[in-house]
Amino acid sequence: MKKNIKNQLDKIKPQFSEGGKFAKLHSVYEGFESFLFTPDKTSSQGVHIHDSIDSKRTMIIVVIALIPALLFGMYNIGYQRYLTIGELDAGFWTMFLYGFLAVLPKIIVSYVVGLGIEFASAQIRGHEIQEGFLVSGLLIPMICPIETPLWMIAVATAFSVIFVKEVFGGTGMNIFNVALMTRAFLFFAYPSKMSGDSVFIPTFSIFGLGEGTVVDNFSGATPLGQMATNTGSSINFTNAIGDPITLWDSFLGLIPGSIGETSTLFILIGGLILLFTGIASWRIMIPVFVGGLFMAFIANLFPSETYAGSLICPLQHICLGGFAFAAVFMATDPVTAAHTNVGKYIYGFLVGVMAILIRVYNSGYPEGAMLAILLMNAFAPLIDYCVVETNIRRRMRRAKQS
Amino acid sequence: MLSKKNKSVLFNPLSKNNPIIVQVLGICSALAVTAKLEPAIVMGISVIAVTAFSNVIISLIRNTIPTSVRIIVQLVVVASLVIIVDQILKAYNYEVSKQLSVFIGLIITNCILMGRLEAFALANKPWPSFLDGVGNGLGYAIILVIVATIRELLGSGTLLGYQIIPNSFYEMGYQNNGLMILPPMALITVACIIWVHRSKNKDLQEKN
Repeated sequence: MKKNIKNQLDKIKPQFSEGGKFAKLHSVYEGFESFLFTPDKTSSQGVHIHDSIDSKRTMIIVVIALIPALLFGMYNIGYQRYLTIGELDAGFWTMFLYGFLAVLPKIIVSYVVGLGIEFASAQIRGHEIQEGFLVSGLLIPMICPIETPLWMIAVATAFSVIFVKEVFGGTGMNIFNVALMTRAFLFFAYPSKMSGDSVFIPTFSIFGLGEGTVVDNFSGATPLGQMATNTGSSINFTNAIGDPITLWDSFLGLIPGSIGETSTLFILIGGLILLFTGIASWRIMIPVFVGGLFMAFIANLFPSETYAGSLICPLQHICLGGFAFAAVFMATDPVTAAHTNVGKYIYGFLVGVMAILIRVYNSGYPEGAMLAILLMNAFAPLIDYCVVETNIRRRMRRAKQS
Repeated sequence: MLSKKNKSVLFNPLSKNNPIIVQVLGICSALAVTAKLEPAIVMGISVIAVTAFSNVIISLIRNTIPTSVRIIVQLVVVASLVIIVDQILKAYNYEVSKQLSVFIGLIITNCILMGRLEAFALANKPWPSFLDGVGNGLGYAIILVIVATIRELLGSGTLLGYQIIPNSFYEMGYQNNGLMILPPMALITVACIIWVHRSKNKDLQEKN
């Protein structure tokens, strides 16, 4: 099988090389070939030591790490639907199938639009096709609410790939995280479809699956949405049919929210994969959690009725909303984060602090993780610069003394 | 009247030497007033009037202005013209004047004006100066109108207040793009216009 594909690829190679029939599509061929096989341009003998990891493998591992959260997200979408029509005994596979069918179009749209633009721009510029969108294309649907229309995702993805990535020079050159900018675009352009009470729980049926009318005491507000509108000196989160949400529920992820972000448990599994394979840096990931806990703890020290976010315990803050997802998959994006080791600690810590700060004290934005990371993306080069400069100055001083 | 040189003075600022997309002057007001088409048009006309007449006035008195105080003299002339424009707007088009609010007053600080006065009016006769003022004002106004058209159409679905995007679109799930109304999209729109413009005019592309 593998040999067959390789032979086929080799056979059609001349047509895609210079002078061949499809010379213009060279980068497409190149992209597929190196996607499937190790490129033959690397030296195969001699003293060179090769790591098997290149950016295509890196991206694939991130995708693998995303799978647990994605699968759980699909199940949760089905769970929320069957919960709100009062048919929780529908069984695991029915719910999962419903969620799968609900989420799949979003993933396809995001990949088709994004990869289409990437392929096109690679042809125009005569570059090789870069693989950065493999991850972004999966991240984008995972951070959108289930009710966001497909055309909006398409528009936002196109905007983001062109204006956040391609104009800066393509994969690896972008200043801001592509997936988060897609979400930011959606958030500011179509706020009614990105936040509020009516977008996080599916209200449609697919091929007869999930047919039914929602129960009377239905409320589609996410815990963070409830937090933003809470009045009084205590706060009790409820799910879509009015039952209380415990810390365990929000850790496990059976709560309303964007598709992939609800389950802290499965996100942490993905995070462990990233850490064990060395793809993501623990120097960023752990400080984000520390920063978030720290800020939530400070806020919790001064509980105030005006800011309902200060009423709940720090651990709950970490489990709610997109904080864990942002910490594990967004903040650790190697392109847009800080690069120096000390810089990574500072960057991560500030992401965590800003996320909770915005969440608690800015009532306009119920969730702050997206804005916190985009803000720190802009500051990452400055952090690196300061770290490097401090190092240089310290060494200069040492050199003078001796 | 329109010799070859005068023609280039009038038409160059429309494209090859456009104040906004080539010289990148007057950006702030271009971002601020372009959320809707109507204020953008009024703003464009105001700037045309002010650049044209301030150019003429400065050009008339260019030989009597002492060099050391020329900026102050220019400012006095521009400020008086801006106040006249402001008053006329308030008298005849109060609604738009309210929308434009402080930005009519801020024409005084518009870089295009001082730039043209310094670079052109101080060294040329009144008639070419007038043409130069009109040309630069027009170059500014054109970009404003393009940006405002895009932003109002996509952001509000209207043009000059009339609904353009049919109701059937909205029923099918189309929504206005709220980001278009916000300032960042004005910057990106201007950037796109610059992008298109430069790719059409190879001689404007910087070598790197």
